[in-house]
Amino acid sequence: MLDQLLAALNETERAAVDEEEYNILRAVVDELLTFSRDISQLIPILQEIQGKHGYLPRLALDMVADHVQTTISKVYGIATFYNQFRFNPPGRNPIKVCLGTACHVKGGEILLENFERRLQIKEGETSDDREYSLERVACIGCCALAPAVVVGEKVEAYVTPSKVEGVITEIEVRKEMAAREQVRNEESQ
Amino acid sequence: MKSPNSPKEHLMVQAERAQGRVKELKESPIPVIYVGCATCGLAAGALETIAGFETVLKENGIEARIEKVGCLGHCYAEPLVIIQNPGFPPLLYQKIGAGEAGILVRSFLKDGSDPCYEYLIGSLEADENFPTLMDYPRYLYENRVVMEHCGLIDPEDIDSFLAVGGYSSLAQGLEKGGAWVLDEVMAANLRGRGGAGFPAGRKWKIARGIEKSSKLVICNGDEGDPGAYMDRTLLESNPHQVLEGLALAALAVGAERALLYIRAEYPLAVKIMERAIVEAQEKNLLGADIMGSDFSLEVSVFQGSGAFVCGEETALIESLAGNRGMPQPRPPYPAVAGLNGLPTVINNVKTLSTVPSIIRNGHQWFRSIGTEESPGTAIFSVVGEVEYPGLVEVPMGVTLEHLVVDICGGIKDGKELKAVQIGGPSGGCLPASLMDTIIDFDSLKKVGAMMGSGGLVVMNEDTCMVEVARYFTDFTQGESCGKCTFCRIGTRHLREILKSITVGEGRMEELADLEELSQAIIKGSLCSLGKTAPNPVLTTLRFFRDEYVAHIEEKRCPAKMCRPLIAFYIDLEPCARGCDACVACCPTDAIFTTSNRKKAIDQEKCVKCGECVYVCPPEYDAVRRVSPPEMIPDQGVEPLTEKNESE
Repeated sequence: MLDQLLAALNETERAAVDEEEYNILRAVVDELLTFSRDISQLIPILQEIQGKHGYLPRLALDMVADHVQTTISKVYGIATFYNQFRFNPPGRNPIKVCLGTACHVKGGEILLENFERRLQIKEGETSDDREYSLERVACIGCCALAPAVVVGEKVEAYVTPSKVEGVITEIEVRKEMAAREQVRNEESQ
Repeated sequence: MKSPNSPKEHLMVQAERAQGRVKELKESPIPVIYVGCATCGLAAGALETIAGFETVLKENGIEARIEKVGCLGHCYAEPLVIIQNPGFPPLLYQKIGAGEAGILVRSFLKDGSDPCYEYLIGSLEADENFPTLMDYPRYLYENRVVMEHCGLIDPEDIDSFLAVGGYSSLAQGLEKGGAWVLDEVMAANLRGRGGAGFPAGRKWKIARGIEKSSKLVICNGDEGDPGAYMDRTLLESNPHQVLEGLALAALAVGAERALLYIRAEYPLAVKIMERAIVEAQEKNLLGADIMGSDFSLEVSVFQGSGAFVCGEETALIESLAGNRGMPQPRPPYPAVAGLNGLPTVINNVKTLSTVPSIIRNGHQWFRSIGTEESPGTAIFSVVGEVEYPGLVEVPMGVTLEHLVVDICGGIKDGKELKAVQIGGPSGGCLPASLMDTIIDFDSLKKVGAMMGSGGLVVMNEDTCMVEVARYFTDFTQGESCGKCTFCRIGTRHLREILKSITVGEGRMEELADLEELSQAIIKGSLCSLGKTAPNPVLTTLRFFRDEYVAHIEEKRCPAKMCRPLIAFYIDLEPCARGCDACVACCPTDAIFTTSNRKKAIDQEKCVKCGECVYVCPPEYDAVRRVSPPEMIPDQGVEPLTEKNESE
C-alpha cells in the first residue's frame, strides 16, 4: 500500500519524503495491522502513530484513511480538531508551557515569550536542528505549583522568567555530558 | 466459573490477605518512608527526594522501606513525606528535597533522637509529643469522604485499597442487587460533580428502564478546565475507588461494558488506571462473574485527545465513535440512546468516587453532610494567590470566605483579595463583597458563577479582571467546536473587543456590545460550552465595570497587568550604586547604567517581563510599575559615558 501511495506522488512530493519519514511510514504499515478496520479505531490509531513517532506524517494519514475505509478529508478533519495531534516532527527536547488559569495569572505568557526569544522559534515550531520544539498547553493540572513548564516528560514547577535560561542550560549541559561520555567510551574501547 | 461462595465471602478472603500484608507494613520493624508521587509531587521533585533517601540510607547502612503513595492534596507543601519510624507515630513532613531527606535519615532514622521539627507538619495519629494534623485548620475543617485515602495508600497496589475496606460496597451491591443500589443513590440525591449537578440516580434510572441487552457506563475523566485537577488526583491516587464506583453504576444500570475516558494530557493517570483494571480483574473484582456472582463487567480505558468540548456528554460520545467531538441535540439523551444507539450513562470521576461511600454508609449518612438540595461534599482545587493552595474537600454549604480564608490561609503576602474565579471558563468572577456566598450548585448559579468542576482561582489586587475575561474568552473561542454560529463567531468578536480594551484601544459603546453579544451567544448555542462561555465576561462587567472604564477612558490598567498599558522604571533614590542584579537578568539588555552609576530602563527595548522586579534585592526594592506608561517621572537619567565618567 505504501508503494502505491508513493507511486501516486509527483516528483517534488516524492523527493520531500526523506529516509526518516520513509522508515516511519514503513513502521506504520505494520502498526496498522494490529488495529481492526472499524472507524471507531480512528483516534486510537492516530494516538498510536503519534505516540510511537512523535507526529503524524502526511502520508500516514492517507494510510489510516485507507485502513478504516474513510476519506483523507475525514481523517485530516479529526486530526486537526483535537489538540493532541501534530503534523511536524517534535524537537528532541519538547518544551510545553502551561497556560492554564493559574499559570496565566502568574505570568505563563511571559515565560512563553522568553522561550521564544531564547530559542529563536515561535510557539508551535521546531528549531532547525530539531533540538527544541515549543508548544503551549491548556492545563497540565499542576496549578498549585504555577507557573509550570513541561520539559520532555518532566514537569518544572515555579518557573520564573529567569529560570528559562536555566532550563535550557540544563538541557545543554546534559547533552554535553552525554557527548563526552560517548567520546570516553569510544576511547576506552 | 461461579463459586459457591457469596460475593462477601469471596471478598473476605482477598481482604484478609490484604490486611495481613498491610499490617505487616504498618508494624514493620524497620522504618517505612512514604513519598507522594502523583503528578504534582513529581513536579516538585519527589523522585529526587526518593533518590536522596536511597543514597543516604545506603551510606549509613540503615534499612528502610520506601513506598510511593498518591497525593494528599496539600500541594503547597510538596514533596510530602510520611515517615513511620518504630517507636514514633507516623509523621508528616513538608517540602522534603534530596537534602532534607539526608538530614531526616541522619538525625531521625539513624539514632532516632531528633524528629526534625523544622520540617514537620504533624502526626497522623494523636500523640502527646507531636502536634497532630487536626491542630491545623486545613485538616480540621475538611471533611474527607471521597479523598479519605488519597495520599495514604499505594495507588499501584490493590491490597492497600482492599485493606481499608475497598470493594466491600461492590460486594454489598452484588448481594442486594442493582435495584437496591439505584434506590440508595436516588435516596442520597447524589448530584453530578462534573458541574451541572444533574442527579446521578435519575440518569441511572432512565438507562435501567430501557429494555436493551447491551448498555454502557462511562467515567468522564476529560477534565479540561484550566485550573482544576481533582479528577486527575482521584485517578492517580485512588484508582480502585473510581473502578468500584463505576462497577456499582454498571450494576445499577444493568450494563456489562464500562469505559474510562481520560485526557491524554494525564499520562500518569492513564497508566495507573490501566494497571488498576488488570489488578482488579486478576482478583475477580472486575471481569467475568465478579466475586462469584452472575454480574460481569468489561472495563477499558479510552484516551481523550485534548478537546475541552468533549467534557460534554454528547461530544464525548461522538469522539468515542471516531468523529470530531461535536455536541448533538438532546433528546435523545445518552441515557436513552448514546454510543451506537445504546443506553449510555456518563458520570464524572468525582461522582463515581462518591458512590462506594454512599453504599457503605447508607443514604441517610450522605444526606446528613452538606445541604438539603446539595448533599455530600465538594472538592475544590484552590489555587492562585492563597497561602495554602491545593485540593480541599468540604461539605457543601460552607461559604467561600470559609474556604479561602479559614481553610486555605487567605491571601499570600498580606495583599488584598480582589476576586475568586470559580468554575473555570464556564464560571464567573466573584468580588470580595460576595465572599459570603454559600457553595452549592444553586447558590453559585444565582450570583452568575457556577460550580463547574470545582476549579477555584483566587486573585489578588495584581490581577486585571479585563485580562482574565479576555483569557477565558480566548480559551473558549479556541475550544469552540464550530457547530453553532453564535459560539463560533460570537466568541471571536467577544475576544477581539476584549483584546482591544486590554491594549488601550477600546471604546465605551463596546461595553454594551459585549453584553448584547453575550446574551446572543447564550441563546444561540446548543451545548453548555457556548451557553456558559460569556459568564466570565458578564460577571466581570457586572462586578468590575470600573476596571473596564479605566482601560478605555484613561488607558490605564488598575492592576498594572496589561502590558501595553504599563511601564517599568527604576527609582533612582533607592537604587543601589554598583548593584547589577537587574542587568544580568534582563532578557533584552534594556537596562543600562546611568551617569551616577545607578540603573535605568531603556523603554524602547523593554518587553515588560517584570523580571527586574523579582531580582531587585528587597532591601532596595527600586523597580516601579506604572500605568499608564506616561506616568514615568522625569528623573533626568543620562547614560554613563566616557565623558561623564571622568567628571
